[in-house]
Amino acid sequence: MKRRSKTSAARAQWTKKHLLGIEDLTKEEILLILDQAEGFREIIERAIPKVPALRGKTIVNLFCEPSTRTRTSFELAAKRLSADTVNIAMAASSFQKGETLKDTVRNIEAMKIDMVIIRHSSAGVPKFLSGCTKAAIVNAGDGAHEHPTQALLDVFTMRKHLGRIEGLNVSIIGDIAHSRVARSNIWALKKLGANVTVSGPKTMMPARMEEMGVRVVYDIGAAIKGADVLNVLRIQLERQETPLFPGTREYVKCFGIDKERLAKHAKKDVLIMHPGPINRGVELSQDAADGEYSVILDQVKNGVAVRMAVLFLLSVSK
Amino acid sequence: MKEGSNYKIPKNEEKQHESGVIMKILIQNGRVIDPVAGIDKKMDLLIKDGKIIKIAASIKEKADETIDATGKMVVPGLIDMHTHLREPGREDKETVRTGLRAAIKGGFTAVCPMPNTDPPCDNQAQVKFLKEKAEENGIAEVWPIGTITRGRNGKALSEMTELKEAGVPAVSDDGDSVEDAGLMRRALEYASMIDLLVISHCEDKKIAGDGVMHEGYWSTVLGLAPIPAAAETVIVERDVRLAALTGARLHIAHVSTAESVDVIRQAKKKGIPVTAEVTPHHITLKDEDLKNYDTNLKVNPPLRSISDIKALKEGLRDGTIDVIATDHAPHLVNEKEQEFDHAPFGMIGLETALALSAALIDEGYLDWKALVEKLAVNPRKILRVPGGTLKEASRADVTIIDPGRGWVYSKESSESRSQNSPFFGRKLKAQVTDVISGGKIVLREGEIK
Repeated sequence: MKRRSKTSAARAQWTKKHLLGIEDLTKEEILLILDQAEGFREIIERAIPKVPALRGKTIVNLFCEPSTRTRTSFELAAKRLSADTVNIAMAASSFQKGETLKDTVRNIEAMKIDMVIIRHSSAGVPKFLSGCTKAAIVNAGDGAHEHPTQALLDVFTMRKHLGRIEGLNVSIIGDIAHSRVARSNIWALKKLGANVTVSGPKTMMPARMEEMGVRVVYDIGAAIKGADVLNVLRIQLERQETPLFPGTREYVKCFGIDKERLAKHAKKDVLIMHPGPINRGVELSQDAADGEYSVILDQVKNGVAVRMAVLFLLSVSK
Repeated sequence: MKEGSNYKIPKNEEKQHESGVIMKILIQNGRVIDPVAGIDKKMDLLIKDGKIIKIAASIKEKADETIDATGKMVVPGLIDMHTHLREPGREDKETVRTGLRAAIKGGFTAVCPMPNTDPPCDNQAQVKFLKEKAEENGIAEVWPIGTITRGRNGKALSEMTELKEAGVPAVSDDGDSVEDAGLMRRALEYASMIDLLVISHCEDKKIAGDGVMHEGYWSTVLGLAPIPAAAETVIVERDVRLAALTGARLHIAHVSTAESVDVIRQAKKKGIPVTAEVTPHHITLKDEDLKNYDTNLKVNPPLRSISDIKALKEGLRDGTIDVIATDHAPHLVNEKEQEFDHAPFGMIGLETALALSAALIDEGYLDWKALVEKLAVNPRKILRVPGGTLKEASRADVTIIDPGRGWVYSKESSESRSQNSPFFGRKLKAQVTDVISGGKIVLREGEIK
């Protein structure tokens, strides 16, 4: 009964056709998704974790960049809402044949689909697609721009564990320049009233970062100190054409999160988060990744509920 | 060309008389602005036999065609010293014919096609090909730019003497910097021997990396790979130093950063022979405008910050920047309708240049005389090509502008083969209404003749 009333409230409040980024959302819209996700979080714990909310809808997972976690999470979310899903991975699509992305999407659309979940290595692709198809577009990560559902599941997890977002001190650590997770988290956290600190090598810090309303520190101790949450980003070892830091050893020395560093600087109940996949022994040590305050697997579980909420709200918006 | 009889390929000087008819054109009541002759007042202009034969307060003479220019500006034909005509190689994007028609529509009676064609313009045969193509069309002049390096490959000097003899007013590897500083030094040295202008596209590719937009707050928000202002300015610094070393005449193409303006300003103060141009889009659009990921705004150098734009305008005002040039860069719709990272750099600009530049007058940075200098006089001085004046006996290249006329740029009215402009649908002020090129009316009331 309780969930039902939330659902009808959602119908009244949600008006967006696409989810392109957190930057476009109001605080109220973010809270609406989080509240909606609470209901779905309960459903996925049931013996039969499935509702008929999206029966008859067809959702395409168009992943033009490798992803296991996000794609699986979206697919499960869609299936638990009874939608039909199709997965298109880059390798299996026609990009190699010289077809443009626009043509690919319009061809898929011609097969009568309702929603396209897009993951792409180029920033701005979801926005671009929203202009050339009638289907609803969900951004599952575009270049270094945004990864809205990751940020939503991150704040959902923080709220579940700490009971609030407002006033929290959240530190995001790693390659901020190339991180869509960092950008989406910053938008979400700032809109919900948290204090955000970012830290990482200066070569991985984008220009004029402070203007996004965050504190920038290059001393990892300062980033850890006083933080309620440490959101540790994956260091993209595979993206090092022009090396942005001297090497893994030096990175671990300066920015790696391990038990000793936590013991020295951290609040004792600090929450450790990571969007995955983890480079164990690089940005997070084995013991920190699996330690008592790590909520990394919880993030994954919450991801399905949050994505169910997003798909559901987009399907009811007019 | 007229059908029948005894048509022959005209020689340079008489190419405007294909029909054999000597035409007299009288332009009346316009505000004549000719900075070279020191004229800025209401005057009449009489054109005959391809030349301006009389300029006076009032001319009462019967003409074949009389143009009433009341309320309009009558100025020397504009010249665009930075155009990409794409021919040969990419005739699907633009040809000499369509590019020159766009030029005329924008008030330009001459353009300088950049040599980054396929194959690149690094030999006399290709220079002659472009000149012949232009003469076939007979509506505007072309002054082809040759390459600095053979094949535009950045490895060895092009045959600059031969290029100069074939008629190029300058050399440039536009699209790329000459990355090898030692080779650039030799290029400037060699060019200075034959007093040939070197136009430098200033971009350090290693600093620019895979960047697609200006580095600043907006690149951070949009997550697009950034190009810092320094990627341009370090090469401007380098080339200014090399110009000082060699004494070569150096022209900096499409200046886009405040720091570059400053470097050029200081160089000029020291007497180093450097000149510079800015594009209309770099003074009109800013990095923030990319927030919808419109690939028509993806240009190289990238659209910069508001403070850079202000510095560019100041540079125009104080003369640090001598020229406004379009960097007209046609690309196909399907190339631009791609991921932002994959779309090519460039926008077309010939048809909107005058209106966008004229906004500087309303903003108080330039007056009409200064604008005519930037668009018609200074480029010719720098390139050392004739024209740019309405003095008696000069070639009759005249552009007539209605300074107050509002208009909307549209795809339907565009003469370019490409459509990569962010200005379609935009309300603009100041429109080119009539153009006389080599004594022929080629644009009348906005329509190409």
